[in-house]
Parts: sequence; structure tokens; C-alpha cells
Amino acid sequence: MDPVTSTAELPVPVNAARAVAKPVLGALENVGRFGMMLLELLRALPEWRAWLPRAVEQCQQVGYGSLFIVVATAGFAGAVASLQAGYQFTGNIPKYILGAVISESIILELGPVMTGLLLAGRIGARYAAELGTMRVTEQVDALESLGRNPASHLLLPRILAGLLMVPALVVCADATGIVVGWLVAKSSIHITNTDFVYGAQRFFRSFDLWYSVIKAEAFGAVVTMIPCYVGFEAKEGAEGVGRATTTAVVSACVVILLLDMLLAKILL
Amino acid sequence: MFGRHVVLDGVDFSVADGQTVALLGPSGSGKSVLLKHIIGLMRPDQGQVLVDGASVPDLSRKALAALRGRIGYAFQTGALFDSMSVYENIRLGITDEANYRDQEFCRERVSECLRLVNLGEDVARLMPAELSGGMRKRVGIARAIAGRPTYLLYDEPTSGLDPVNADAMDALIERLQSELHATSVVVSHDVRGSFRVADRIALLHNGRIRAVGTAEEFMAAKDSVVREFLERDVQLAAEA
Repeated sequence: MDPVTSTAELPVPVNAARAVAKPVLGALENVGRFGMMLLELLRALPEWRAWLPRAVEQCQQVGYGSLFIVVATAGFAGAVASLQAGYQFTGNIPKYILGAVISESIILELGPVMTGLLLAGRIGARYAAELGTMRVTEQVDALESLGRNPASHLLLPRILAGLLMVPALVVCADATGIVVGWLVAKSSIHITNTDFVYGAQRFFRSFDLWYSVIKAEAFGAVVTMIPCYVGFEAKEGAEGVGRATTTAVVSACVVILLLDMLLAKILL
Repeated sequence: MFGRHVVLDGVDFSVADGQTVALLGPSGSGKSVLLKHIIGLMRPDQGQVLVDGASVPDLSRKALAALRGRIGYAFQTGALFDSMSVYENIRLGITDEANYRDQEFCRERVSECLRLVNLGEDVARLMPAELSGGMRKRVGIARAIAGRPTYLLYDEPTSGLDPVNADAMDALIERLQSELHATSVVVSHDVRGSFRVADRIALLHNGRIRAVGTAEEFMAAKDSVVREFLERDVQLAAEA
């Protein structure tokens, strides 16, 4: 047995240090490699003939393909927000406040975050699985062997699709959530149109929409870049691809929630 | 090295212009790894990889892309792009950008490549998932030759094929040699096929080239590792 790797003979403090150092070094390595991927993406920008048609195709798949589920989820989110707000506040505050609570919670939080988490599962998993499978079946090697840049052919189209389409989807989600929330509020707590609109406008700031779009843009980057990176680095066959897919989705979701908190702290 | 695992350890290997060299060795001996070093998909920890006098690991991106345009690499399983049809896969092998954008040129070149690998034109509209293993390998070769490469690298072209199709693949490689005159390296563990297609044979063993020579020199070799490798193949042929 190689004495360097045999930990049984090492003192406990050394083993403890190794146990801490290994994941830390692994994390730092991933940060470095992720940075290299970002650099490759910037270098690939001039190769617009390669990425542009592919980006259009990805936009169709991300945007049009996700529209139904995003709108459906936002609708349910708006309905639940309306019902719970009605349960909590009816009788205690003027009804027009509910218009503000429902619309602001959708625009500031539920719209972008639920859309982001949904797309982390839908397109994040897909990208990680696609790229991971391409990696372990040597398709990425084949692309490179043909003198083609994987960054411009595979990564950039997917990431651009996320950056363009996720904000658009969030805007659709916000609109749907507010409309459905309005309709549910009318039927469950019998708020009038006038009260709802007055409340929504009373506490609305134009920056709220920018905030929603900024969050959407950040989440669009997260749900594409992280899965693309993890999938691209997949190893060890089907098990490796499965692991990469799970890691991509979980990591994207965690980062979305972290960013959600950070952006709230910084921008609000 | 992969982690602490040494795969290639002091390989000294050269291929002259126009030659076909078969690189033999047991599974896991590093044959495919060596091939990937030639095209720059892997970088050596030490030593040199020279193609046309240029050190491959030291090439700029542009120069490496240009070199890859002159090398056709046929992967073991074909490595076809699942989301593209056979036509689009082969078309992607046309490495000259001007030709790649010329639709008429691409149609003609793809037809020609399919003919060269003995596949009908109707295969062009199929997706990789609809192809058999042998057809996938052929389409992989068609893609590798689409750019009229100066060099051809074959990674286990007959592995996974039945004897009839393996023979047909060897015949295809011979035919491509006579039509394209490309300098070729064929990685294989198929001794008989290698003897058929190659001008010289090299045996990779324990990370090094153990022996290099013509088929006749190989058959007459006294080296124990070479004899064991040859005798194992003869034994398998007898059992078949």
C-alpha cells in the first residue's frame, strides 16, 4: 500500500486537517475552473456564426417550451398568495392593502424566485444531462477534434438563452400571478376592482419592476451557467451524468436562494 | 498521468508521411490516450508531441484549430452528435469555413463521404439513434474524412463488431488509404486486422512502445510480450 495515501498511520490532527482541506481545495478548484469557463465564454463571443443560430434554437426551447409551466405555476402562486393574504388580514386592515400585498409579493419575490427554482429543475437538469452525456460519450472531444469551439457551439447558446428568456418568463409570471391573484381575491374576499387597483398602485414603485427583472437576470445566469459547468465537467459514465444533474439542480436552487437574499439586502 | 495512475511512461513513437501504423496493446494500455495527445485533446506531463515539426501542446488556439482541420479522428463509438442528423454530423466535419457555408458543396461532399464508407444516401436523413453500431462507426469515419484530412486517426475501428463487419471495416480502411493517401494511425487490439491495414505495427505495453516493425517482423519477434500478445490472438481465433 502506498504509504503517502495510507491515513491509518497518520496522527489524528493530520487526518482532521486533510478532511477539512480536501473539500476546501476541491471547492477552490471548482471556482477556478468555473472562472476559466467564463473566460472561454467571453473568448467565444466573436464566433457569432456558431452561437447565434444555436442560441435562437435554445431561446425557443427555453422561452416557448417553459412558458406554459411558468404561467401555470405563477397562476397557482398568485392564487395562494391571495387566499393566504385574505386569511391573515381580512377584517384587520383596509381591503385595498391586500391589492398591494398580493401584487408586491408576486413582483418582488414569488414571480422571480418560483420561476427561477422551476427553471433550475426544468432547463438546468436538461442542460447538465445533455452536456454531461456529450462529455462522457466523447461528443465534446469530437467537436474539439473538428476544430470547433465547444464554448461557442454548446455553452454560449444555452447561457444566452437563459439570460434572454428567463427575464421574459418572469415578466409573464408576474403578470399572470397578479391577474390570478386579483381574480381569486375578488371571489374569495370580495375585494372590489377599485380597491385592488388602488392598493396595487398605492405602494408600487417603478423600481419594483426593475428589481424583479434584475433578479430574473441573475437567476437566468444561475440556472444556465451552473448546470452547463457541472455537466461539462461530468465524468464516469451514466453515474457521473446522474450525479452531475443532481448537483446542478441542487446547486442552482441554493445559489438562487442565496442571491435572493443578497439582492434584497443590496438593492432594497 | 491520471491522478497517481501512470498511463504513458516514456512513449517514443513516430509515423512517417503516408504511412499507416497500427498501435496494438491490451485494453487500458493507453492507446486511445496516445491518440488524443496527437490531436491535442490531452497534454503530456512531460515530453513532446510533434506533428509536422510543430509542438502540439504549445500551439496557439488558432494554430491548433488549423491543425485539427487537417486531422480526421474516428472515435471508437462514432461520437456522433445525438441532436443532429447523419447529414449534419458529416457536414460538421467540413472544416473549411467557406466550404461549410456552401450548401451545394456540403451536399456533394456528404454524398461522397457516404459513398466512400459504403453507406447509401438515404442514411443522411437518419438520426444517430436510428443507426446500428457498425453504421455509427462508418458515419464517424465519414465525418472524419469530410474535411479531406492529411492525417487520419482511428480509435478501435473494429471493436464491438462481429467478424464479418470487422473484415468489412478493415477493407474500408484499406480503401480509404488508397483513395485519400492520408498518414494514418490505427489503434486496435485486433492483430489480424492490424496486419492487414498497416505498413508498420507498434505494441504498447506498460506505458511504452515495446516493439515496432512490419507484420513479418512482428510475427518473427522473439520478445516474450510480443509473442504472448500474438499467441493470445491466435488462441482466440482457434476458439472462435
